[in-house]
Amino acid sequence: MTEQAPANEKLLATAGALFVSFPHCVTLGMQYLGSVGRKPTLKVDWRDDLVGNPASGVLHGGVITSIVDTCSAIAVIAHMTELETIATLDLRIDYLKAATPGKAIYCTAECYRLASQIAFTRAVCYHDSPDDPIAHGVATFMRDSNPKPMLAEGAA
Amino acid sequence: MSQFMETFLALRDEKRFADIIAAVPYARLMGVACGEDENGELLFSLPFAERNVGNTTLPALHGGLIGGFLENAALLHLMWNRESLEAPKIVDFSLDYLRSGKATTLYAQCEITKQGKRVAHVLIEAWQEDRRKPVAVARAHFLLSTPS
Repeated sequence: MTEQAPANEKLLATAGALFVSFPHCVTLGMQYLGSVGRKPTLKVDWRDDLVGNPASGVLHGGVITSIVDTCSAIAVIAHMTELETIATLDLRIDYLKAATPGKAIYCTAECYRLASQIAFTRAVCYHDSPDDPIAHGVATFMRDSNPKPMLAEGAA
Repeated sequence: MSQFMETFLALRDEKRFADIIAAVPYARLMGVACGEDENGELLFSLPFAERNVGNTTLPALHGGLIGGFLENAALLHLMWNRESLEAPKIVDFSLDYLRSGKATTLYAQCEITKQGKRVAHVLIEAWQEDRRKPVAVARAHFLLSTPS
């Protein structure tokens, strides 16, 4: 199946770079690896200060929450021609199996419905393949949540 | 019992809150603090830190960070309030964002709604200046025992 092209390719690239530049994402070492069509992928490398259970060395669930939230937000922007400020309304994570200590976590998200006020997203987190997920995330976002522009005029 | 659980239980008995947080690397990285309220219930707090910001133009705490803070609160609350040999495993986590997290301390408190043989259900609430104006509410399921 051919992937649908981003609504605004330049905006998507800008938003991908912008969203991982936010302080908390930098703290986690989040990287934007690019998008296939309108589906962005992010990566967080395993680090010992991101561990949740020191007995197992498994990454904290909060890392998953952050990567799902950020990746899903970028997936929403992939459907937009102009940047809007969006705000997460709700987020649900299913932890399908424990992440493997030492391995990077990838997250790929898609916005499967962009309504006039709400965007609906789903995301998977995995180590090697999205077909072997460690977590699944579903979220909704409010569109146009704040009039304050996130980018300088004409940036994308 | 894992070393972590042994450490946790020893620290719990002595109410060494800071050491409990220090034992969870990501909680320490976020800057979580915890203590007891006037009713002896665990109260978690997260003093504002620039590194926890998401949208810098507002600025607002990162939604994922709020989720991590709440999930961590739920796990520690559960470990604090029940006897167990291993740390519970999170199964699912659902979070509703009600207000943006401002550049000030975020608080969280939890309630174990149901504790079964295998699964526990925990409600979590987060607020800033005014408890009647929650920033987020969440719920989580934890698996208490794992088949060997």
